[in-house]
Amino acid sequence: MTATTIAPAAPEHAGRIGRVVETGAAWLLAFLWVLPLLYAVWAAFHPPAYATRLDLLAPLTLENFATAWSQAPFARYFLNTFLLVTSILGAQLVLCTLAAYAFARFRFVGRDIAFALVLVQLMIMPEVLIVENYRTMSQLGLVDTILGIGLPYMASAFGIFLLRQAFKTVPTELEEAARVEGCSFLQVLLKVYVPLAKPTYLAYGLVSVSTHWNNFLWPLVVTNSVETRPLTVGLAIFGAPESGVNWSVISAATLLAVAPLLIAFLLFQRQFVQSFMRAGIK
Amino acid sequence: MPSYRMQIYGWLLLLPAAVLLIAFTHYPTVATLVQSLFLSGSVTRPAVFVGVENYQFMLEDDVFWQAVRNNIWFALGTIPISIALALQMALWVNRRLPARGLVRMAYFTPTILPMIAVANIWLFFYTPGIGLIDQFLGLFGLPGHNWLGDPDTVLACLIVLTIWKEAGFFMIFYLAALQSLPPELEEAGKLEGAGRWYFFWRITFPLLMPTTLFVVINALINSFKLVDHLFILTKGGPNNASTLLLYYIYEVAFSFFDPSYAATLTVALLAFLALVAIGQFVLLDKRIHYR
Repeated sequence: MTATTIAPAAPEHAGRIGRVVETGAAWLLAFLWVLPLLYAVWAAFHPPAYATRLDLLAPLTLENFATAWSQAPFARYFLNTFLLVTSILGAQLVLCTLAAYAFARFRFVGRDIAFALVLVQLMIMPEVLIVENYRTMSQLGLVDTILGIGLPYMASAFGIFLLRQAFKTVPTELEEAARVEGCSFLQVLLKVYVPLAKPTYLAYGLVSVSTHWNNFLWPLVVTNSVETRPLTVGLAIFGAPESGVNWSVISAATLLAVAPLLIAFLLFQRQFVQSFMRAGIK
Repeated sequence: MPSYRMQIYGWLLLLPAAVLLIAFTHYPTVATLVQSLFLSGSVTRPAVFVGVENYQFMLEDDVFWQAVRNNIWFALGTIPISIALALQMALWVNRRLPARGLVRMAYFTPTILPMIAVANIWLFFYTPGIGLIDQFLGLFGLPGHNWLGDPDTVLACLIVLTIWKEAGFFMIFYLAALQSLPPELEEAGKLEGAGRWYFFWRITFPLLMPTTLFVVINALINSFKLVDHLFILTKGGPNNASTLLLYYIYEVAFSFFDPSYAATLTVALLAFLALVAIGQFVLLDKRIHYR
């Protein structure tokens, strides 16, 4: 922003200086943005004595990871999170596809009102309704089950909305051609609409997985045993100050919990960013 | 397809999602309203209808007002700065920049980390004496400070953390919008001799208005629903100086076991969200992209 305001007599030169300053600022901000993560990596891979001391010659160790792994049932937490995330995503894909198809291509009485009622969930997310949803779950006997954590998220207004948009861009001629060949309406959905909406499915899938991998409040409310707790809840209990675990070990546990998603992100950075972009444009 | 079959198929396709949406969004919303009119029962004593008594209690509850005030300050503190940063990030990353991919990745990384993990890491920063911030201040001979233990600084600490967490996420929306702007615009601007500053404020920024509105709405909703970090960093303290409405609802429902009062507080939260929704419609109606 500074480039054009200084030294109009030598615009070339000033422009170059401005660009250097701006590049420096962009890099500085980027450094600040990864600093917390770098710090966690530093603390996790060095002995606790070096947790707050930046010494480049400090010995490296995996001890903290071993301690964290042995002090809490992280393997179980990983399994729980994996089951949770996959069951939510699976159900979302099926439910949202069907509902989006109905909204995009079927004319039925009350469709617009129904769609408006679906969109209500964009404002009133399940997080806000923890009190009543907890009551419902206890009536259904689903407290402290992985299904109980996932159920409120399975019909996703966001997913229905995104897929409806994608389905609407499919030319009706394609559908008619498939019809002529004798496809039923469900076959049309599976053979025409779903394949054409693949980028939207990828985008929605990535957003859903990272949302539910990271979700905390509702899982905290509805779980109370090691057998159901996802990673985030396990990590919160593990890292609570009362538990007296030291920083290096907490850093190691934190890195363990974020590792799968973080590594996937680092490997498929472009797809992640593009997916979030796609999901954001409405 | 005959129209009656369209009707039936349409509703059948919608049915599974509709059942779950009604069960976990619409029903609990209504049930919250009903519950807020009762006094919490117990095993031995059923809930009693008390009308607006819970609301009268809420209006006299200092912690409720504290939470509302905190929520407002939290929103005012996080939203403008994180949006300004997001826009700046997007502008940087959208033009030629050495190591652009790395920079973009750095900005975006906080988005995919869980708030709980992030709070764990930031706790080390804020810890008095040996935390990174105090060590950094120590280099200049400045005294340490109990950042999270001081009612005057605790909310600011949460705001900084949230800005860091969200700016990269909002950047994505601006980046998408910038990439959809026609490149001829910038060429025309250059030909006309428009400076970058002028060009940004007169052309780019107005064209990004729909994105800004979208991001503001998102940020507002987030400021009401994102409380995970409180569980690690402050538990709403010291002395409720950092409590937020949703966290208070959690405490009332699951630590003080008063579901009726929690429902009353939830109604207040729903009212805020409804206000946001209405605001969105009014603003969208005015079509703020072209002025």
